[in-house]
Amino acid sequence: MSPESASPPAVARRLLQQIGLEMAFLDLASPGGGAGGTVLATLLAELNAVGNTAPQAIRDLLMRAGDCTGRLANAEPTAVGDISDWLATWHAWMEEAVSAWERSQPLPPVPPPLEAMPAAAPRTTDARPHTQPSAAPSAATATAASRRLVLDDPASCQDVAVLPHDSDPELVKLFCAESQDLLRDIEQGVLVLEANPEDPDTLATVFRAFHTFKGNAAVMKLAELHRLAHEVESLLDAARRGERNLDRQAIDVILAAADCFARFVDEMARQIEGIGTGGSLSLPVPAIIQAVTTILAAAPAPQAARGHAPAPLPSPRTTVVVEQATATTPPPPAPPPVSEPAQATPPAAMTTAGASIRVDTHKLDGLIDLVGELVIAQSMVVQGATSERAADEHLARALGRLRGITSDLQRTAMGLRMVPIRGTFQKMARLVRDTAAELGKDVKLVLEGEETELDRTVIEQIGDPLVHMIRNAIDHGIEQPAAREAAGKPSAGTIRLSACHQGGFVVIRIADDGRGLDPEKLRRKAVDRGLVDAETVLDDREALELIFAAGFSTAEQVTGLSGRGVGMDVVRRNIDGIRGKIEIDSTIGGGTTFTIFMPLTLAIIEGLLVAIGDQRFVVPTLSVRESLRPLPGDVTMVHGRGELVNVRGRLVPLLRLGQHIGVTPRAATPADGIVVVVEAGQECRGLLVDDLLGKQEVVIKNLGETFTRQRGFAGAAILGDGRVGLILDTNALVRLKPHAAGSAA
Amino acid sequence: MNPSAPAQPGAPSIAQPGKYLAFTLGHESYGMPVLVVREIIRLCPITPVASMPPHVRGVINLRGKVIPVVDLRIRFGLPDPVDHDRTCIVVTQVAAATGGSRPYGVIVDGVEEVAAYSGEDLVPPPDFGTAIDTRFITGMARSGSGVTTLIDLEAIARADREHA
Repeated sequence: MSPESASPPAVARRLLQQIGLEMAFLDLASPGGGAGGTVLATLLAELNAVGNTAPQAIRDLLMRAGDCTGRLANAEPTAVGDISDWLATWHAWMEEAVSAWERSQPLPPVPPPLEAMPAAAPRTTDARPHTQPSAAPSAATATAASRRLVLDDPASCQDVAVLPHDSDPELVKLFCAESQDLLRDIEQGVLVLEANPEDPDTLATVFRAFHTFKGNAAVMKLAELHRLAHEVESLLDAARRGERNLDRQAIDVILAAADCFARFVDEMARQIEGIGTGGSLSLPVPAIIQAVTTILAAAPAPQAARGHAPAPLPSPRTTVVVEQATATTPPPPAPPPVSEPAQATPPAAMTTAGASIRVDTHKLDGLIDLVGELVIAQSMVVQGATSERAADEHLARALGRLRGITSDLQRTAMGLRMVPIRGTFQKMARLVRDTAAELGKDVKLVLEGEETELDRTVIEQIGDPLVHMIRNAIDHGIEQPAAREAAGKPSAGTIRLSACHQGGFVVIRIADDGRGLDPEKLRRKAVDRGLVDAETVLDDREALELIFAAGFSTAEQVTGLSGRGVGMDVVRRNIDGIRGKIEIDSTIGGGTTFTIFMPLTLAIIEGLLVAIGDQRFVVPTLSVRESLRPLPGDVTMVHGRGELVNVRGRLVPLLRLGQHIGVTPRAATPADGIVVVVEAGQECRGLLVDDLLGKQEVVIKNLGETFTRQRGFAGAAILGDGRVGLILDTNALVRLKPHAAGSAA
Repeated sequence: MNPSAPAQPGAPSIAQPGKYLAFTLGHESYGMPVLVVREIIRLCPITPVASMPPHVRGVINLRGKVIPVVDLRIRFGLPDPVDHDRTCIVVTQVAAATGGSRPYGVIVDGVEEVAAYSGEDLVPPPDFGTAIDTRFITGMARSGSGVTTLIDLEAIARADREHA
């Protein structure tokens, strides 16, 4: 055992590293620690062999660890937890000790917990379920108490250091990214479990997610999170084995743990970007662990007594476990193959497995830029080749094929940015659950079209407006259950959230079956708030639109959730910001429906290509109302209002675009050019250009910092010939003061 | 010392010994740290952007990216610059306000050579006597035939943002 290549301390150090990783995958829920336990025992035996030349203290503790793993093999789940805690302390000390040994320095002192062995297995047997069938009510009270503890007692929080020392930033980022995915899976899964607590697939998914998170936390040396994840995992495992049901309390505790992780991961992500507080985070870890322990310790009513169906797992695990619990018999031959990803997963479990990978958006943008260039280069080749060698059939066929491939490539590249809206929708499920509970209402959320894909940036922008609108719907729309029944409606309200593609747009609809909006009330309120004059005549549709006005709130009472009058105007502004629009429809007593139309992507717009002099500009098609060639008498100068152009009997302010942006136009008079009528909000304006060159989809590119001060251009686009064309900011152009336009003319 | 290290915003930076790309504006010799240079391309069609100061010539398409192009001859007040065969665009990398770097194209009359200057070759910028704004100068380098003015691209790019 003395290889020439490595000294015993160095070998010991490597073995310790492996042990550290293995400990993370110790399946604490399985008797004997699952497969991880076996591997651990083997590694410890190896370490023992290496350690026979080590200082006395190391040899002592190696012996003790050997004993420990011996117990592990026969231990039952709860005892495995104690053993693993002991091993964690042991591992930390051993790492220091071995490195001291390696450098021939004095060993660190042995911490007191290591002087004793972990608690023996039998202690847990008295807490087994079926021996205390009468404990069910006390379980309920205990968990209720623990829930209060979790949710209400800030004193039971613990400060957790956010960024581990000497952590590798890349690893931290990876951890954060993967954790966010896992936490989303957990949250979605738990909400499913709430409705259907025995769904085996969902239980397995949530269990796996906690398990993976636990492993990752251990790799990151986040001891507190590891412990918490471990406890919750035990709870889930009990549910997975059918030993207990996930009642409301259990669900709350699991969600509280997930929230706790989410807060931690968010803060970690902020700190690694250098924008966090830099300190530690106060998290209710002890309280949640306490709550889980209470739930687990409390006797869950046995399945039969409660009249539930037997555990959904195929193997007769329940009986085996019970038997083992009472008699402390050796573990069953093998754990079931379900939900044991740890043993198959290498220590670096953070590499994302499965069907998707994470890509830096900069790389993605770079790819899209290059594909755009390829399309341009391809069309140049086609033009050049066909003009010179028009008759070459081979070339023509090859070029046709090239064109097909490039356009496929372009479509695929653009599609890379598209993601399903599912994630955002499912976040709303949690929102509905919490908000409804807080307001004492019963609300059901129905999701439709979750698979609808749109650009990630659009999805990011739509999240906040959706949260606002759904809160509003629950707070103001859905009535209290009693009121609903009195109105002859089911006591549970329904919010239907749907998404679909419709003519190049994504349409998102939020429909509630609540009390609806009363146009008359809205009108009165708007007058009260001085938003409209008492004399103003508004039809019902216009009255409904009032809720989008700044400073308008329909709430009779200001609640903590909504009714501060900052809701719907912000929603509209956000939606305008992504070039979308929102419509409202409501029936008194029947409910309210909001319909949002959004572009599929913010990266591409359809533009009208116009020419002025030798330059080309892109006018976003969405803001173009019409275009026309004015007759000589159609343009008139009106004192103080500048030039106006007669568009089918309506006078529209004219902006000579060439003069405005300093390009000499070819058209000497308006009658030689074309007027493009653009609108933004309620305003419209006629832009005088030389020519229309056609419609084109363009990829919007930012003009960048050098041009932050300019107004008038919304961005740039690479045109078909590879030159840059500027995209006109129609909002800015429409808002130009008429006399400014006139003076330019 | 890394001559390309971006200066603290606002603080005047002093030329450090190292390699510089020597170029001409009119008949004068200038230099910029070679590490900020990404590539040198031929003059290509530039799309002007309205309402910008005259030295901001506009934007070009550099392999699918839209990058700004600034005419250093106009920026430094050279009389009547004319584009000719040797006029080219030096694509550089400057600090972005949001962190990281961004491409920044500058038009020069011609690229000469890459010269290495030691500490003895460098003198601080004079307070007066140069045709150009001392804000944009990090120092002067004595070379065989004459004096090369070393420019501060970061300061030039920053000034666009502030006074555009």
